[in-house]
Amino acid sequence: MIEVWYNTLDLIVPFEWGHYLFMKNALLAILVITPVFALLGTMVVSNRMAFFTDVLGHSALAGIAIGIVCGIQDPTWPMIIMAIVLALLVNIFKGWTQASMDTVLGVFLAFMVALGITILSREGGFVKYTVYLIGDILAVTPMQIAWLSGISVLVLVYWYVAGNALILTSVNSSLARSRRIKTLLIEMSFTIFLAVVVMLSIRLVGILIINSLLVLPAAASRNFARSTRSYTLWAIIFSMVSGVTGLITSYYWGTASGATIVLFSVGCYMLSALLGRVTSKAMRT
Amino acid sequence: MPFRNNEDSKLDVGESCRHCCIKIEGLTVRMGKNIILEGLDLHVHCGDVLAIIGPNGAGKTTLLRAILGEVPYQGRMVSLIGGVERRRPRIGYVPQKLQFDEDSPISVLDLVVAAISHRPVWMGISRKLCLKAEEVLRVFSADHLIHRRVGELSGGEIQRVLLAIAMTDHPELLLLDEPSAGVDVKGLALFYQLVRDLKKQHDISVILVTHDLSGISPYVDRLVLLNRSIVVTGTPDEVLSDEKLLHAFGPSLWNVTSMPFLPSKKEGA
Repeated sequence: MIEVWYNTLDLIVPFEWGHYLFMKNALLAILVITPVFALLGTMVVSNRMAFFTDVLGHSALAGIAIGIVCGIQDPTWPMIIMAIVLALLVNIFKGWTQASMDTVLGVFLAFMVALGITILSREGGFVKYTVYLIGDILAVTPMQIAWLSGISVLVLVYWYVAGNALILTSVNSSLARSRRIKTLLIEMSFTIFLAVVVMLSIRLVGILIINSLLVLPAAASRNFARSTRSYTLWAIIFSMVSGVTGLITSYYWGTASGATIVLFSVGCYMLSALLGRVTSKAMRT
Repeated sequence: MPFRNNEDSKLDVGESCRHCCIKIEGLTVRMGKNIILEGLDLHVHCGDVLAIIGPNGAGKTTLLRAILGEVPYQGRMVSLIGGVERRRPRIGYVPQKLQFDEDSPISVLDLVVAAISHRPVWMGISRKLCLKAEEVLRVFSADHLIHRRVGELSGGEIQRVLLAIAMTDHPELLLLDEPSAGVDVKGLALFYQLVRDLKKQHDISVILVTHDLSGISPYVDRLVLLNRSIVVTGTPDEVLSDEKLLHAFGPSLWNVTSMPFLPSKKEGA
């Protein structure tokens, strides 16, 4: 099936980068994950979970470390399980302590990162894990793309089925409950999807910047969107455009793709902030 | 709406249609060792507006949350519909405020459609649903707000939108949480007026919780003064002339100038 994609690119892309297998794979991966990141991101921003998703991304370090301690070669599953455990722990902890949410998250961030680095740095071995910090999308395999496509389809279905429930829950959870929405189920399922998508993509984008991919497109879209539809649509557009342009630019600049993509996302954000100011001024007068 | 009887809308205030009511018996809520609410008996007839008043920390919010099923409680809560007991009434809930920030890109149309339809709002809203939402809002004079962002609305406007949404579910019980919060006097009068019209047309029970007594008495059938348990209950005139109210609210109550019944009391005191 992936051959079809390779051949199509050969036909339609006349540039040098379009002939390399790693670029073809990377581009496909970008096209698959950026819309999903945008969708999840809209809800992350609306629910003010940006710090939480940052901690979630960083928990990958602890996940990898625990995987190695348990003798598991492929850290994907330990990372996913670690992220889900983290999400549950944060929720439980929130009920226990009087401390504010960002303090609780700060503590978890410190713990996850410190635990990961302590274990991984034994006998000076941390260098081989730096790939997880900045990511390497050019090394993506067709198998990984298949996994990402699978989870993307699941997120789309979830967003179709639970989209309205997610909105009501985010607006007011008591209101949602009074309309027989299982808000706990909605919140938990959303967090689990976040955890799985983030962990499956962390090898490609890197722990340090994965949160930007989640938050920036939605934040940019929010600068001028006036309805849920335009909010979602523009988040997807920003996400895909900065993903593709970032990847291609990184080829020519010889830079890390993830970070280059984020730079383009930041550019989108600044542009939209400017645009938002101009339009809101125009509307007021 | 099985017991909607528009012809009967001239029922005297306070008289029950005897078809449906909400009964709460011996409601007790404990949190840890603290007793937040103790042995509450409430009986709300349909077509009645019951206002629960009380000082801060009296357990008003906890009572609402217990009725909504968000906190565990002891005691019984049943709704009688045409003499048949049902375990939980269908509840329309109008929250005090929304949780999100003002620049959230969600329109009134989005909010209404998200509540009344399963078709995901983010994929776009069909013409048909748009008209339906407009119809829902028109009853509460809020149809002109349909394309505004929810964050741009005034307190009174948000409340009318939320009331419109609550009514789409054909509730047997309408719960209003602090309707006066953030609403100006004119907006509040309009809101209470709408609620009074509603209960007449739909024979629903209304429970509203407030710490602001100004201007509610014309719209309310019964007042309950709550302070962990029920202190006084009765018609607004009865309750507001009770001395226990003064103890509950303190002297600040007497500063409320928009209470028409107060001057005579003041002279007496």
